[in-house]
Amino acid sequence: MLVLKKFAKDKPAVLGLVVVLVVVLVAVFASYLAPYPGDVSASHLLRRLKAPSWAHPFGTDNLGRDIFSRVILGARGALTIAVMVVGTSMLIGVPLGLIGGYYQGWGAETIMRVTDMFLAVPQLILALALAQLMTPSLESAMLALTLTYWPFFTRIVYAETRRLKAALFIDALQCIGASGARILFLHILPNCISPVIVRATIGMGFTILVAAVLGFLGMGATPPDPDWGLAISESRQYLPEAWWFSTFPGLAIFLTVLGFNLLGDGLRDIVDPRLRRSR
Amino acid sequence: MLRFILRRALLAIPSLFGLLVLTFFMIRVVPADPAAALAGENATPAQVAEIRKQYGFDRPLHEQFVVYLGQVARFEFGESAYSRRPVALDIKQRLPATLELTVSALLIATLLGIPLGTVAAVYHNRWPDTLLRVLSVAGVAVAAFWFAIELQLLFAMDLGWFPLRGRMSSGLSAPPTATGFLLLDSLIAGRLDVFRDALHHLVLPAMTLSLGGIATIARFTRAGVLDTLQKDFVLYERAQGFPSRALIWQFVLKNSVVAAITQIGLLFGSLIAGAVVVETIFDWPGIGFYTVQAILTADYKVMLAVTLLIGVIYAAVNILVDLVHGLIDPRLREQL
Repeated sequence: MLVLKKFAKDKPAVLGLVVVLVVVLVAVFASYLAPYPGDVSASHLLRRLKAPSWAHPFGTDNLGRDIFSRVILGARGALTIAVMVVGTSMLIGVPLGLIGGYYQGWGAETIMRVTDMFLAVPQLILALALAQLMTPSLESAMLALTLTYWPFFTRIVYAETRRLKAALFIDALQCIGASGARILFLHILPNCISPVIVRATIGMGFTILVAAVLGFLGMGATPPDPDWGLAISESRQYLPEAWWFSTFPGLAIFLTVLGFNLLGDGLRDIVDPRLRRSR
Repeated sequence: MLRFILRRALLAIPSLFGLLVLTFFMIRVVPADPAAALAGENATPAQVAEIRKQYGFDRPLHEQFVVYLGQVARFEFGESAYSRRPVALDIKQRLPATLELTVSALLIATLLGIPLGTVAAVYHNRWPDTLLRVLSVAGVAVAAFWFAIELQLLFAMDLGWFPLRGRMSSGLSAPPTATGFLLLDSLIAGRLDVFRDALHHLVLPAMTLSLGGIATIARFTRAGVLDTLQKDFVLYERAQGFPSRALIWQFVLKNSVVAAITQIGLLFGSLIAGAVVVETIFDWPGIGFYTVQAILTADYKVMLAVTLLIGVIYAAVNILVDLVHGLIDPRLREQL
């Protein structure tokens, strides 16, 4: 309860939570909320590139599709990518970090060297290089993002495991003959889960951002998907006349990422008592 | 200090080796047929077979790796399918443009980020602090490619204050290449018109690229200054009646920027990656623009060379950051 109270006092974090919840709800009920759910694939050439109006609050795009509907429908794709990428990265990265941090020997050593190898190149560049190897699709983009994001989890969990390994209660567990797997998953994992959650929250926003870049460069979602990054890329030909075409999908990316980042920041302050003082 | 430099440089060897292994696997193992990937989409089977032989894809993996190391050491990355020129030459000509952009962005980020962070710390938990906190989270939440387009919309298309794209107006003749940095070259040649024009072209791309950097540097400066403000020496100086302004800008700041310097170093790596996006939108003739062209034409050789190059720059910057730390704080030299 103390934690909840502390969280409630942190206005930016609460704002972040609200934004995230709204985006999640919009994504879940997208087909009910969008005024023109058919505009995922339909085109209406008669009303192309119309400025924002009551009928089309965000205007229409080059194929006459309602941008408001497509922004709403795009939330689903963005969240799906984020959840899949961050979730899979956690499933890969966390166990590797536990093993790398707890055991000694060439196996653990190899894990950490491979992790460092992936961290030696900026994530965006690596993801671009990997995505280029595959045929452009949402699945390729997700795979490329996952392949480049898991090392972050391994690094965090590795550091926490190394720290916890020296703790007295782990010695005690070893003395009573608890197995390595038991110690790792029942005792060490719960103790290092908070930084993982913080990283995952910020990672959600970050992944949406990088996925948008991939979509923008033509290596993610393919037309006619209502993808935010793709929409901005399509809009470039119609500037400056159709300013709404690029502006609203971009605002959707911004608000969603902002929500996750504010929430992640708030969670970090709660989770990491060392930072509380500086608030 | 020399020992420290040497030991730190030695530590970089495993990560550089890892980079080579990673790129090797990317090109030899990930694609089903690497020769076909290298040859491009329109290659004939004979061309694919020739490339397979030329690159030694028919030999065992460890032999291929040795050959690959030799090629990298000699900067042999082959010919770009997009420009029909050697990749190494293309990169050499385009790198200064990217560096000019990233260094400018880093400069903007540092010059704005450090004062902003300091002000936020001084007004801790009051409105300037809260405002900065929200702004700094917002700064890293903006998609750079979108922000760039919005800046173009407003400042180039609507208001016409800045040029829309490129590095220099087409009506001007370029000064002789001395450094490749247009700003420096034009000064060396005494061409103030080109200098002004280049600076004018630089504003929007550099602003876009610096956005995330300003936020990051401001955050770390704020945390550092907050930490230092609680130190005993600050209390002592305050008790002595030392003017608050001078205390903060002279002594507190100097003791607080270590973490921010690390971030400035690390930012450089991510700025080079971010340049890929920003250069594409502003048609900036650098590595990033080149990379995206390579991606669109499935030019694998370019992608490989660029990944290696950025990885090496990343590693070099990390070494540099540690060396600067060693200079600032002699205690760190002992730890290595």
